[in-house]
Amino acid sequence: MTRTDKPTRPQTSLAARYGTFMSRHSSILPTFAAVVILFLLFAGAQLYFGNFLTPSNLSALLLNNAYLLILAVGMTFVIVTGGIDLSVGSVMAFTGILGAKLLADGLPAVLVIPLMIAGGALIGLLIGVLVQYFDVQPFIASLAGLFLARGLAFVVSLSSIRVEDPAVLWLQSTRFRVGDWYITPTGIIALLIVVIGVLVMQWTRFGRTIYAIGGSEQSAHLMGLNVARTKVLVYVISGVCGGLAGLALTAYSGAGYPLNGVGTELDTIAAVVIGGTLLTGGSGYVLGSMIGVLVYGTITAVISFMGAEQSWTRIIIGTLLLLFIVVQRLIVARSERRK
Amino acid sequence: MKSLVTHRLFWPVVALIALIAINTATRPSFLSVTMRDGQLYGSIIDILRNSAPLMLVALGMTLVIATRGIDLSVGATMAVSGAVALTIIDASPTPHEPSVVALAIVVAVLVSLVLGTWNGFLVSVLGIQPIIATLVLMLAGRGIALLITDGFITTVNSDPYKFMAQGYILGFPFAFYVSIVAIAVVVLVERRTALGVLTEAVGINPKASHLAGVRSRGIVWGAYIASGAMAGIAGILYSSNIMAADANAAGLYIELYAILAVVLGGTSLMGGKFSIAGTVIGVFTIQTLISTITFLGVPPAASPVFMATAVIIVVLIQSRRVHRAVRSLIRSLRSLGGSAEGDDASARTAQAGSGSSGDESARDETKVTSR
Amino acid sequence: MVTEQQPAETEDRPIVEMHGITIRFPGVLALDDVDFVLRPGEVHSLMGENGAGKSTLIKALTGVYAIDSGSITVAGESRVFAGTADAQAAGISTVYQEVNLCANLSVGENVMLGHEPRNRRGIDWKVMHREATRHLEHLGLRIDPRSILSSHSIAIQQMVAISRAMVLDARVLILDEPTSSLDRGEVEQLFAVIRDLRDRGVAVLFVSHFLDQVYEISDRVTVLRNGKLIGEYLVKDLPRGELITKMIGRELDELDAISTKADRAIDRTATPVLRAKGIGRRGVLEPANVDVYDGEVVGIAGLLGSGRTELVRLIFGADRPDSGHVEVNGQPAKLTSPRHAIGKRIAFSSENRHEEGVVADLTVAENIVLGIQARRGWRRRIRRSEQQLVVDNYIKALDVRPADPDQLVGNLSGGNQQKVLLARWLATAPRLIVLDEPTRGIDVGAKADIQRKVAELSEQGLSAIFISSELEEVLRLAQRVIVMRDRRKIGELDSREVDLDGLIDYIAVGREGSAA
Repeated sequence: MTRTDKPTRPQTSLAARYGTFMSRHSSILPTFAAVVILFLLFAGAQLYFGNFLTPSNLSALLLNNAYLLILAVGMTFVIVTGGIDLSVGSVMAFTGILGAKLLADGLPAVLVIPLMIAGGALIGLLIGVLVQYFDVQPFIASLAGLFLARGLAFVVSLSSIRVEDPAVLWLQSTRFRVGDWYITPTGIIALLIVVIGVLVMQWTRFGRTIYAIGGSEQSAHLMGLNVARTKVLVYVISGVCGGLAGLALTAYSGAGYPLNGVGTELDTIAAVVIGGTLLTGGSGYVLGSMIGVLVYGTITAVISFMGAEQSWTRIIIGTLLLLFIVVQRLIVARSERRK
Repeated sequence: MKSLVTHRLFWPVVALIALIAINTATRPSFLSVTMRDGQLYGSIIDILRNSAPLMLVALGMTLVIATRGIDLSVGATMAVSGAVALTIIDASPTPHEPSVVALAIVVAVLVSLVLGTWNGFLVSVLGIQPIIATLVLMLAGRGIALLITDGFITTVNSDPYKFMAQGYILGFPFAFYVSIVAIAVVVLVERRTALGVLTEAVGINPKASHLAGVRSRGIVWGAYIASGAMAGIAGILYSSNIMAADANAAGLYIELYAILAVVLGGTSLMGGKFSIAGTVIGVFTIQTLISTITFLGVPPAASPVFMATAVIIVVLIQSRRVHRAVRSLIRSLRSLGGSAEGDDASARTAQAGSGSSGDESARDETKVTSR
Repeated sequence: MVTEQQPAETEDRPIVEMHGITIRFPGVLALDDVDFVLRPGEVHSLMGENGAGKSTLIKALTGVYAIDSGSITVAGESRVFAGTADAQAAGISTVYQEVNLCANLSVGENVMLGHEPRNRRGIDWKVMHREATRHLEHLGLRIDPRSILSSHSIAIQQMVAISRAMVLDARVLILDEPTSSLDRGEVEQLFAVIRDLRDRGVAVLFVSHFLDQVYEISDRVTVLRNGKLIGEYLVKDLPRGELITKMIGRELDELDAISTKADRAIDRTATPVLRAKGIGRRGVLEPANVDVYDGEVVGIAGLLGSGRTELVRLIFGADRPDSGHVEVNGQPAKLTSPRHAIGKRIAFSSENRHEEGVVADLTVAENIVLGIQARRGWRRRIRRSEQQLVVDNYIKALDVRPADPDQLVGNLSGGNQQKVLLARWLATAPRLIVLDEPTRGIDVGAKADIQRKVAELSEQGLSAIFISSELEEVLRLAQRVIVMRDRRKIGELDSREVDLDGLIDYIAVGREGSAA
């Protein structure tokens, strides 16, 4: 005897297929909205400027925002578990200046780059341990990480340090060209991180545990999933991304600067949220965060095209974020009422 | 004795006293206060004066956090407030006129009230998560402040305005009086009326409070308005201190310090019961820490490291796990000196169980963490 | 003290044997030398009032609590559980009242995550969904494994949880209050699954407050009282009254005394305290009429999901109706928010006392005065002396335990929390009080206290609307019963003219005294 909760109907009608799709992937709606927004931005910019959507502009989009993309992937991991990492901007600055200093002191790049990543990982580990084993709220724990990383950055150096190491500079200056399109090694790294992020989130137990924790940490624990290790690891991952972003930014600007990344954590969070990840955790996609970064980058590019002040970028991102969450809220409220 | 130790304010007070003790030990001049031209000087006086902006912001933040919310926009509001006030004074032909200064301050605070109302609207009417709702203003607010000052750092010369942060009355800094008045007003309004208890109810269980007839929307909205107003006044003090409107630096990170002060004082980030006294102690602790760092000759740029260490120490002290470890340590020490029955309750619960069979105490052991 | 009857169909060798279990907490002996036996292929219920030790015993079995003395043997092997993982590894699975799965993950993941099939690239989704479908079909469930868990009803989610337990090859399945949120049809489904599992040799430990269900599904029952074992009985040999007596240790004729009080004359010619005409909301409730007269108790009966709570929430203003109007004492009233209703002296006690009732971190006193304080407004604070008077009065009148006004409400048992909520509403001196499932999930003693209070108050002139899933309660307290089905009011009955069976028939069929 079979029991179902809905009478089975032949699944051929469009409505039925939509219903099945929604019951499987309803959390994709916000990301879908982000894609629409990006599309509108592109279309609008193209109409307004006439020459916005060129291969060189679009390639520059990735080039200029590679660091943000890397940070956003790490942040996605953290936010999906229901946490938050305020330290990413400072970690990026710290690893950047640390790397610059070590390079200037003569260490080879093969040694320095892993050290930068390790630095980020250590700060992430500290935050993760505080959150998991000492019950500190992620906000406060990552706040401590923010202060620590920023302070360490200043301890390394109070002013910027130029990078002369050819290996590091190669990361940024080389362009692989395909016609008018080009990509730098940093861009490749960023895209690689995205791909790894997607694979981990969707095809590993670790990734699914992240979603489970975001849904209900208690349930995930009772289901026997390794919640403790996962929660610590997501912050380590975010720290590693901070280190990689430090590398990307240092290569991009040719120098380490302790005051880099002030406020970058907010940009990252905004990009991730715009990309469809809910701050409450449990849903969101790495690809969505990539869309969010592209939205951010496009707005910045448009503003510099228009020759307007950069302060407008913040205002517009803020407004866009607002519009986005209002719409998200309306959609959620409507579906809740229907239940 | 036990009730003294378990009192909510015990550890915050201990932390502050310890900090003061360390300071006094390393520099005996820390506690000394001298009088010159009818004005008091000394490290303690500096702390009282410099803590005013943080005090105001933290008071507002306490109310917002109590409603289970958070206000990340206070720094940006400070910047806007300073920008508005100084722009008005700058545009006036008589910047030294008290009436002009008064107008500037009033308008600036009104603008801050509007920003607070905006935040409150997003949270209490539209139901948007506080962290995102205030994030919007945090991002956009500094941009707005920059637009008001046309991208420059507006400087003015105005004695009445300068008095706000740098003047003295009866020997004490004027800014300190502002702190006192703010604390007094908040305490009176929250505890003399029922607003405090109702706010706590809303923070602990918004749905139940709503059904019980509490004006939850109004209370939440009001908390954000108060936070905005406090930030506005703090912005006046800040810009008065440097006699400039620096849209980028005004109140930078102050929301983080304010949240830290509130948490140090024992109010939980998850809302509900709050303590003004705790926040006050928390503010003084942070300010003393900053003063300590400066005195130790640490370059101000590296002070964040110390801030971080302090944060970590504090949260460790407050962490339950550490308490449990210390308790079991004390117990095992005691058992060395005699038989200890020991309460096995904490040792018994291997892991916090979930679900309650029957109608046992409905205490929710694991709460979802909020930010 | 174990009374062992000759087991009819169950195997002899028990799967779980707990002997001499003793657990002490500071100040209280939770379990005192308790024995408990579970046999494979049986459904066993653990019964007892609040504080009897049920929950403690189960937590000892599932590895949450360590035992002070005694032994636990699973499948012949002596076990010491260091945590819940140990118990699970021993084959003991639990499905809790709040389904402990991740609602944001797919059904298949919820079933298989933790032992999911993998290939070289990582999780093998295809195989996983195939496996999940297989396990779900074992329980007779045909649902899309790719669908998100939250898109299904609680009943289905519970079955998915049971599925997961079965994947882990559980030999013992503990079901903790599984039917609280289920309607009759879903309960049937669940029971069919339980019987299936039992026939396959699983030992099912069924914990529920619904005596009817316990009698329907269980083979055996173990009764605890005050931490001690009273006995183990075959269900078919233990009449209901005897079971209750063993659980609470005293006869329950006081409940019968309450029902005689309900036989009162109600003046239905005067203006009703509340008249709701055509109150409804699209998609939620068909327009319905409700009249409540002075001193009357109107019961609302129906299955879960029939619209009882929805009806009263619309009347009270907790939700917005989009049709109909309400008159209070003859005057039209716009009840669009709880504040309006409270202003008209209507009180509403929600069925969800945890989420919509108690303010856990405030004290008993603060919770009780919350209603009157909210009505008075934030500016005028209730003075301590006045507060103390009101609070002490109600603590005594309702026998709140512990009788400490400064105790945090979150620390009280469910029954006492409900009393505090009742006190909150009664303190506002309402004309009409709406009680939605006030006795759900609380011990028999507190149930009796609350029902007695309601009967008393209605005699003194308070009107009430009373919703309960326990139809006997409704018949006991109400003069009139409104019957709901499928979000519609289908009729009204006089409680003196219908008995329990008649009411059940009416709910099922809609016509008194006739079968389908």
